[in-house]
Amino acid sequence: MAGPVRVFLVDDHAMFRTGVRTELAELADDRLVVVGEAGSVGEAVARLAVDPPDVVLLDVHMPDGGGRAVLEHLHERLPALVFLALSVSDAAEDVIAVIRAGARGYVTKTISGRELADAIVRVAGGDAVFSPRLAGFVLDAFSDRHGPAAVADPELDLLSPREREVLKLLARGYAYKEIAAQLFISVKTVETHVSSVLRKTQMSNRYELSRWATDRRLV
Amino acid sequence: MPGVGPGSGPAPHPPTSGRRAVPPPGTLLTPDGIPRLTRPRSGSILGGVAAGLAGHLRVPVLWVRLTFVLLAVMAGSGVLAYAMLWIFVPQRPDGAGGDPGAPRPAGPRERQQAFGIAAVGVAALLVAAALNITSIVGWVLGPLGLAALGAAFIWREADSARRARWRRTAAGIVGPSRGSVWRLAGGATLVVGGLSVFAVGQLDFTAVRSALIAVLLTLVGVAVITVPWWIRLVRDLGTERRARVREAERAEIAAHLHDSVLQTLALIQRQSGDGREVLRLARGQERELRTWLYGPTGYATASGSTAPGDAPAMLSAALALAAGEVEDTYAVAVAPVVVGDAPMGPAVGALVAAAREAMVNAAKHSGVGEISVYAEVEHGTADVFVRDRGRGFDVDAVAADRRGLVESIRGRMDRHGGRATVRSTPGEGTEIELTVPVASGDGGPPPAPPASADADTLQPSEGLPS
Repeated sequence: MAGPVRVFLVDDHAMFRTGVRTELAELADDRLVVVGEAGSVGEAVARLAVDPPDVVLLDVHMPDGGGRAVLEHLHERLPALVFLALSVSDAAEDVIAVIRAGARGYVTKTISGRELADAIVRVAGGDAVFSPRLAGFVLDAFSDRHGPAAVADPELDLLSPREREVLKLLARGYAYKEIAAQLFISVKTVETHVSSVLRKTQMSNRYELSRWATDRRLV
Repeated sequence: MPGVGPGSGPAPHPPTSGRRAVPPPGTLLTPDGIPRLTRPRSGSILGGVAAGLAGHLRVPVLWVRLTFVLLAVMAGSGVLAYAMLWIFVPQRPDGAGGDPGAPRPAGPRERQQAFGIAAVGVAALLVAAALNITSIVGWVLGPLGLAALGAAFIWREADSARRARWRRTAAGIVGPSRGSVWRLAGGATLVVGGLSVFAVGQLDFTAVRSALIAVLLTLVGVAVITVPWWIRLVRDLGTERRARVREAERAEIAAHLHDSVLQTLALIQRQSGDGREVLRLARGQERELRTWLYGPTGYATASGSTAPGDAPAMLSAALALAAGEVEDTYAVAVAPVVVGDAPMGPAVGALVAAAREAMVNAAKHSGVGEISVYAEVEHGTADVFVRDRGRGFDVDAVAADRRGLVESIRGRMDRHGGRATVRSTPGEGTEIELTVPVASGDGGPPPAPPASADADTLQPSEGLPS
């Protein structure tokens, strides 16, 4: 990708937007540049549709539907736009909901500036960003404890053993290159596995999700 | 029936003497600041009138009851006074438990005493009736007496908070239990029957038949006419109740935030020089609030607010608790991730204890500020991985003299049929893997493909990311 990654912030807390902006600027990372910000769902949808950036840092909890509403408005229209959810909540239902709505990754607000910059660059390059916690949720969501009854499309809804293995190492706190070394595969292959997990997460049917959520008393 | 103190009728206001200098907390006050006469919620035999009066006047409750009985014999004025006080003296609100002298639950002895007094009163009444005052006794013990008894039943049943609701909506009459329904029905029968018998005895029924029919028709008419009004009343009540619930909820959240977050922020302001301490406070607070909001019994879940202090019943909760303790004690970040869950038992307890030990070791020796903890329950085993990216050590070199680390972890695991594996590379960090078998029935049916097969190929369905 030519030039720095253009980043857009969506968060209803002005203070937090300023904080992220400052922190990213202080890194003096020439791989990315913040090009704009929005404080509400409506503003974000309007501005993103006019001038799409490369990566949108998206808050999950906002009035008027939050990050999920932004995703639902824009994901179909602008499939090239990459969303990275940035939330203070790491509750399972939030994480899974925005990932299914089309976010390419999910990081929590306690992330360091350096890690955030890396995550932005990675999602801009087509990769998926999973925190260990997120990997845990996905494993849980796809675990075979529900039996085959709920799975309409097993090809889509089950993770391959290799993908599970990658996810487990992710959940244990391994970095991509450590996973690659552990499994004797290339980093690129690890990224392919993770991205395909993400795709399955986004596409697996809603029935399974609601069942999973009900089992966990989340809804 | 037990009687009344001062023979006068309703006396909601106490004597204005300065006998009660400082009212106990929770006491209802009149606008003038005088403690109100109230009936206690507990410790009552019938309606709590005597107990309330005794507490208010600071005399033994036995005297008050005796006075009521004495007055009852005097042409029934005691009964009347008791009934009036019962109706007009408010019951002490919930939570205002601090009564000056009375609020203990009525013991069997006191109950016995009260019934004894009542029996004496009835006997005296009968004796009086046998002697001369037949007309009054006939009046009291006759149909009207029965009616009064029925009314007393209903009032007793509908007493307390339910009575207030009953005044507003008819739905409140029906209490939750079967027994109360029967008591209510019996009371109603007594009231209606007593009054009817009284009416039949006193009046020439045929003469008033048309009048009665007219009255009945009028009542039915009024009921029909006021139906919309009733409906609106009930609906308004529902709305009001919902609003109250919301308000209470907001108040609870505000109170919780005040108790937790605001206090911590204040502490952080004062300790802002000490970065480690600030970090510790902020982490502890974040974890606490998160548990309150999203925990298994958290505020945002259906099961309502959590009861802190209980021992966790599940592996995930116990592990989170241990991680929190290590976080707080050693000012490191511990990020637990749990897949699946298992109920606590000896083996799982040992697993958590060993994992805690591993976290403590990592916090003490690794020299880094972050520890990853991953637990999974699958196919009849529970595994915990505790990992740091710290300085690491040579496992074989340590085993000889420093046995504490490995013993307290490995020994625990061995005793419960599990095992512990330590992987460490100097300069790259340490990972401790703990495994114990767990009883099935934890929600994870074993028949499933093995979690880690050695196939290094993509399945055909997996393509590149969209």
